[in-house]
Amino acid sequence: MTALRGPAQVAVGMKASGDISDTVIIGLEVHCQLNTESKLFCGCSTDYRNDPPNTHVCPTCLGLPGSLPAMNRRAVEYALRVAKALNCRVAEEAVFARKNYFYPDLPKGFQITMYNRPLAEGGYLDIEGDGGEKRVRITRIHLEEDPGRLVHMGTPDRPRYSLVDYNRSGIPLIEIVTEPDLRSPKEARRLLNGLRTTLEYLGVFDGDREGSLRVDANISIPGSERVEVKNISSYKGVEKALTYEITRQRGVLRRGLRVERETRHFVEARGVTTSARSKEQEHDYRYFTEPDLRPLQVRDWLPGIVLPELPAARRERFCAQYGISPEHARTLCGELRLAEFFEEMAPCGNPLLAATWVADTLQGELNYREMEIGKVPPAHFMELLDLIQRKELTDKAAVEVLRRMLDQCLRGETVETPTQIMEKNALGKTAGDAFTPVVREVIAGCPDAVRDYRAGKGEALNFLVGQVMKRTRGRADPKELTRILREELARQGT
Amino acid sequence: MARGASRQDPLNAFITLAEIPPRGPGRLSGITVAVKDNISTRGVETTCGSRILEGYVPPYDAHVVDLIRNEGALIPGKTNMDEFGMGSSTENSGFGPARNPRDPERVTGGSSGGSAAAVASGMARMALGTDTGGSIRCPAAFCGIVGLKPTYGRVSRYGLVAYANSLEQIGPMATTVADCSLLMDVISRYDPRDATMQNRPYLPRLDGDIKGMRIGIPAEFFGKGVDPDVADRVRKAIGVLEELGAVIVEGSMPSMEYALAAYYVTCTSEASSNLARFDGVRYGPPSDYKKQWHEAFQEVRIRHFGPEVRRRILIGTFALSAGYYGKYYGKAQAAREHVREDYARLFRDVDLLAGPTMPTVAWKIGGKSDPLSMYLADILTVPANLAGVPAASVPCGTVQGLPVGLQLTGRAFEDELIMNAAYAYEQAVKA
Repeated sequence: MTALRGPAQVAVGMKASGDISDTVIIGLEVHCQLNTESKLFCGCSTDYRNDPPNTHVCPTCLGLPGSLPAMNRRAVEYALRVAKALNCRVAEEAVFARKNYFYPDLPKGFQITMYNRPLAEGGYLDIEGDGGEKRVRITRIHLEEDPGRLVHMGTPDRPRYSLVDYNRSGIPLIEIVTEPDLRSPKEARRLLNGLRTTLEYLGVFDGDREGSLRVDANISIPGSERVEVKNISSYKGVEKALTYEITRQRGVLRRGLRVERETRHFVEARGVTTSARSKEQEHDYRYFTEPDLRPLQVRDWLPGIVLPELPAARRERFCAQYGISPEHARTLCGELRLAEFFEEMAPCGNPLLAATWVADTLQGELNYREMEIGKVPPAHFMELLDLIQRKELTDKAAVEVLRRMLDQCLRGETVETPTQIMEKNALGKTAGDAFTPVVREVIAGCPDAVRDYRAGKGEALNFLVGQVMKRTRGRADPKELTRILREELARQGT
Repeated sequence: MARGASRQDPLNAFITLAEIPPRGPGRLSGITVAVKDNISTRGVETTCGSRILEGYVPPYDAHVVDLIRNEGALIPGKTNMDEFGMGSSTENSGFGPARNPRDPERVTGGSSGGSAAAVASGMARMALGTDTGGSIRCPAAFCGIVGLKPTYGRVSRYGLVAYANSLEQIGPMATTVADCSLLMDVISRYDPRDATMQNRPYLPRLDGDIKGMRIGIPAEFFGKGVDPDVADRVRKAIGVLEELGAVIVEGSMPSMEYALAAYYVTCTSEASSNLARFDGVRYGPPSDYKKQWHEAFQEVRIRHFGPEVRRRILIGTFALSAGYYGKYYGKAQAAREHVREDYARLFRDVDLLAGPTMPTVAWKIGGKSDPLSMYLADILTVPANLAGVPAASVPCGTVQGLPVGLQLTGRAFEDELIMNAAYAYEQAVKA
């Protein structure tokens, strides 16, 4: 394939512009920050989120002359957990290497990473692919240090100067490289979600942390050159960047041109990729073994690496133990804290009800508010489930209570209990007979619907139920209302 | 800031004269220990003999500095050196050459030339040097003092500004073997901050008994380029060891042929990476922040690195480049393995190797103008660094009034044995 290059291929591209392949080939390089307490090669704390720039630094992570890296064993353990969970073959010996390049955020002028002797190779992760369950192969996993962070002053059009913050310098990262097994931006996003879930289950990753995940994507259309898109830093960004890039590459081919092999940057704000450098400008990183660190005999560490229950196992257990549907299990286990929240609701005695309310209702309301599950007080939610079970709240009223509760959480107010909310807002279910006057009003006010009902049109009854529900603000149980309406209509009809 | 030769420092042995006080009484109380200027001293400028670090004041002490100060040493200043250790004469210092106390028109040797001159002239009783390819042993030989390059991994490099990490060690220099041994004892305490260090402290044993000790003499140690008078002096010294009861065994070390090439490829490669951090952003003379980053840092590096440093960065960058790695760096590592194997084979039969430290005596300042002839002077010292084994230079008389050094090389972690043999020789010739 690569032998065919030059004008001949341009001609082929032009002729074949009508039958550009529908397939896309995507492989990812995912960089995740490990949530160790200290940095990879020094004792500086990694929790700098609320601190001023350059306050979590020491001679080592500043790369001061004479400083040396000292291995953080916890970071190696974390990385090995990931390797094991992703079914990788852990190397007998992992060797650190220097990747040399000049950049102001790189205090030593090189990054300590792994090159030809990574920590682990040859694993996989199963995801929900476009055509069902799919196994995505993992090429390799290695450990490396994060550079510092540049803060650019001025605007993109008028840059003024840049400042460097080395708080992030030396934070441990793992790079997970996949084989080019992904076939759509959606699959790429699913893989990322799968990785995030797995890493969170392993307790080695905090996905909510800014900059905790960064992705480079390799993407090509069969018969064309591969393009690397760098600088993608969110889950949504991956889908956006890849979708844009596919459209761009198809556009290039449709015009009869060739897709150049190059590196492009994703500009999140504009949702586009821009050319960064061509193949000829590729860096020569001059890798060589890091002389200040000894090779890690990582295979010997493996007996000490114990994995917790992983998402797939938990899904199976949820189905078996609680009898919930596979779909609910998938949603609940797709996020560690959601799964844990669900299990906290187990004492309510009705797991099916809990699954529906957590996986569907609560999850939907949280997404709508871009809110995290961690902000929801479990005791309150438990009480809500209880009220629903005791039929003190109709489903509709319960949603209303939940919404008010979440809004209070979001505004940082003291959160009232569901019972308090229910009572204050008169949302509690009232015994059906109490609605008889309203039922009568509705029957009197909707002669057309009543006529339709009597003429045998069943849906007219639904309309009447709806009218009553509207006037009683959902406090009545629709089933019971239907019964009362039927009886009342029957009584009036005689 | 005092720079260059002065009344207090006529030999230009020091880049910075600064009295760094001891921290506690101990085995070095009342003793002055000069420290090479590539070893970090908290609050005192550390330049590595380079203009690019002028004004850089480390916020921390090197492990060895902690150790000597805790043992009561007073540090009289930071000694002159070839820029970043790149040289064998101390002529490549960004602050002018150091001068040999025996003949101020001659070089001190290098790169720890300032440390050797300070000790030989009595400005300090002891000194710390660093040895990447002979930088302790060469100036010790040229200035007529004792110097030890310890086993790789026996002294913490924490705080030593790296030139070639896989080769270099900090080591002691003094006028007597006993002093040298004492300083080695102090600086070999374990430091977890250096991952290449092993917790095997030096345990001095100076009884001068070398009866039955087997000493190998590889023919290559007296090969082409070794001055016949120097060779003669060293053979006489080996004769003394024999008289003391040592068994002399002829041998050969074929890997010497490519040791020098392997050494220069390795050290320049590592240096090209180590020196990348000097970009004017965090310390040293600042770059012009108004310019674009790439332009600004190039300017700083071109202006403040000396010619030898620039040469070695270029060579090392080339040697590591894609397409050349296998041809140069890869091959150098293979050659290095051969050197290790040669030593291993020799040390199965003998306890020590002996020969000259340097092929010649100290040359005139400015006497070696092309870099290659300077590189060739390292031929006898670099093998020990490639293999990580310990080696010492002990004075063994003079040629035309200039000191000659006897080099003793031992098995890894047998620094004690070398020092004992050196002690035996020193005591025998003193008597």
